[in-house]
Order: sequence, then C-alpha cells, then structure tokens
Amino acid sequence: MEATTPDLVENENVWGGGNKPLNASYGKMMMWFFIVSDALTFSGFLVAYGFSRFKNIDSWPIADEVFYHFPFLHGIDAPMYYVALMTFILIFSSVTMVLAVDAGHHMNKKKVAVYMLLTIVGGAIFVGSQAWEWKNFIQGEYGALETRGGQILQFVSADSGKRVALESFAADIPGDRIQQTSDSGIWFSSESSLPNYSVAEIQAGFLADPNLRIKTEMIDAQTGHKIVLDRAASEVKITEAMHVVEGANLIHNEYGNRLFADFFFFITGFHGFHVLSGVVINVIIFFNVLLGTYERRGHYEMVEKVGLYWHFVDLVWVFVFTFFYLV
Amino acid sequence: MAHKLSIFRGLLTFKSNQQKIWGVLIFLSIVTAIEVALGIIKPAILLTPIFGMKGLNWIFIILTLVKAYYIAWDFMHLRDEKRSLTSSIVLPLLILIPYLIFILLVEADYIYNVMLDGFVSWNF
Repeated sequence: MEATTPDLVENENVWGGGNKPLNASYGKMMMWFFIVSDALTFSGFLVAYGFSRFKNIDSWPIADEVFYHFPFLHGIDAPMYYVALMTFILIFSSVTMVLAVDAGHHMNKKKVAVYMLLTIVGGAIFVGSQAWEWKNFIQGEYGALETRGGQILQFVSADSGKRVALESFAADIPGDRIQQTSDSGIWFSSESSLPNYSVAEIQAGFLADPNLRIKTEMIDAQTGHKIVLDRAASEVKITEAMHVVEGANLIHNEYGNRLFADFFFFITGFHGFHVLSGVVINVIIFFNVLLGTYERRGHYEMVEKVGLYWHFVDLVWVFVFTFFYLV
Repeated sequence: MAHKLSIFRGLLTFKSNQQKIWGVLIFLSIVTAIEVALGIIKPAILLTPIFGMKGLNWIFIILTLVKAYYIAWDFMHLRDEKRSLTSSIVLPLLILIPYLIFILLVEADYIYNVMLDGFVSWNF
C-alpha cells in the first residue's frame, strides 16, 4: 500500500510542488519571465517609434542619408555596411555563447572558458561600435537650419545633388554673440553652447552662392527621395530659418524630425545598456568558470541562463536593425 | 539534455549539436546578407506598395521574423523545451505585440490624416 502512494500523489498533483512540470529549473524559469517582460518593453519602444514614424510618414528621415559612415573611409558614402558588420559581430558572439553552453553540457571547463571569453570580446566590440555610431550621429557632418515650426532645411549642391556643409559657404559677419555663462550672464543664467555660425551668416552665404539649393524634410511619394526646392523657392524658404543645427542632441538634430534623434538615442541606448550589462554578467560568469564554481556544483546551468539573456540581446538587435536601418 | 537536431521541418539534420549551431549561423548570415544586399540595391520592382507598405519593407520584416524564430528556437533552445514552456513564452508575445502594433499604427495614421487635412498648418 505504502509503495504505491508516492506514484498516486505525483500523478494527481503535477503542480503541487516537488517536481518540475515545465522541465525547467527555477532560475531558468525566472530568466524566461524576465525575457518575456523585457521583450514587451522593447516592443513598446519600437511600436512607439512606429507610431511617430507613421504620424510623420511623409517627412521622416531616410536611414541611408543619416548612417553612411564606415571606419577609415572618410567622405565615402557607405550606408548599411557598418551596421551590417555590427549585426554579424553580435550574431557571431551569440554563436560562441551557444558553443559555451554546449561545452557546459559536456562538463568541459576549458572549452566553456574559451567560448565565454570570445563572447565577451564580441560583446565589447559591439558596444564600442555603437559608441562610434553615436559619436558620428552626435557630431553630424553637414549641419542644417531649423525653421520656427521645427522643419530641418539641409543644403545641397545643384550640380551634384550632394549635401553641402555649412562651413563651406557660411559668410563671416563680425560681432557675433558670445556664449552666456552663469558668472557673466544676466540673472546668472547660462545657456548651451552656441553653434559655430549664426543664422544671418548662413543666409548671407547662401545668397552669395547661386549653386546652393535647399533640401526639405518632405519626401516625394513618387521617387521616395527628399524634395529639393528650386533656387527661387530656396531663397524664400531660407528667410524662415530660426536656428543653426549642427549634429544632434535630444532637442535639435540636423537629420530631420526631432523625435527621430530621441528614438535613436533611447532605443539604441537602451539596447546598448543591455549589451553592456550582458558583458558584465558574462565576465562574472567567466571568472566563476575559471574558479571552478560550476565544476564543483556539478552542472553549468548558470552559463545556460546568461546565455538566454545574451541571445535575447541579439534577438532585440535584429529588430532594431530592421526598423532603424532597413525599413 | 536531449537535443533535436533537425531544422527546416526535418529537411536538414545535423550529426551533433555543435554542427547544428554552425548550420544555424550560416543560415542567419545568409538571411542578413540578403537583407543588406536588398537594402543597398533597393530593386525598383519591390518599391511598389503592397497592403499599404513597400514590398521591400514586407520582405525585411518577414526575414526579421525568420531570424527571430531561429535565434529563439535554436540559440535559446526553445526547440528542446517542453511544449507547455514554449507556448507560455511565445503565446503572450504573439498576442500582445501584434495588438499593440495594430492599435498604435492605426492611431498614428489617423493623426497623420488630421494633420494633413486639418485647418491648422504644421509647417510654419
């Protein structure tokens, strides 16, 4: 009688405790809980980005015109290549992570350590690449004007159709405003750093060079390109300018809609923060592997759990890549 | 732990888990390479709208979902987990995310039309 009782209890009470109904340990379940909720957070961000984009569907910046830098290739238009490289780096570090998990199943301490190290290196390269991407984005290259309504006016050459930098045509008008600092300003208030040129300098320089045209934010529905005004319309449009914008911050950016830079900073920043924390966690696990913690514990499930997190970061990047750079 | 070593519904079976990992890497790399190539070339034939969006963008989104599937199923080894665990992870996401996309994008499109046809000028 007593011999059959445990069987009965187990069959009647799958969820009653003492066994693993989903065949996953507590730690692994919690990692999946976290991943599902984090996935919803990222979807919230990306869908909010989609909302702003659909709301401004006829004037949203075109990714190829914003992200075209590649290391050591100055002045060469190379859209997509850099971010494609970053994607490969992250996918590859995902692979070394699976290999580490697989080596863990075989209790092969040396292999786990080597693959974990490769994963950390891949993650570090990715974070570094993202920092470089941010640097280019913040610095900008050409500069633009902004109207009272927040529209960005960029400058192109009528001959080549290429963007023209502000510094190449801005007039030099002496007697510029100096930056207000808190020790010399009225009411001891300070202000953010001033752009290199005043609106009047850009306007004078523009009128002096008949080869310049204004490129607006609006997209031509037929060709998919931004609309470039003719000379007469450009000369009217430039009088509406209010600010000079160089590069990007959370308030102004030279690429187009203000929300574009906000979403770029927020979504890639949040993802970059995930990669950074992933690298930190991987380093901790790496040292635990070296110390033999999991060897003594008898299993490498911890490597598997951080692996889940690491793949999730890769998974999110696949979507960020699509919605920021491809679509 | 038992690994299921077939991908593409059994079309391709690997000898070991390690081989499967490399196989999936090659597949993901090919998909990414196709995406990048299409993003650079932008074939004119794919720029016509289908269901309100460019054909090219539909291709990008479908390829992204394909990549997401293989990352979750093979790298995060959901393929090897119990069906109940897989479902409880994937179903909430499959229900909630399309719903969120649907309501927000429809709303955004509405706002776009209000700004386009309304009496207020947004470009001053």
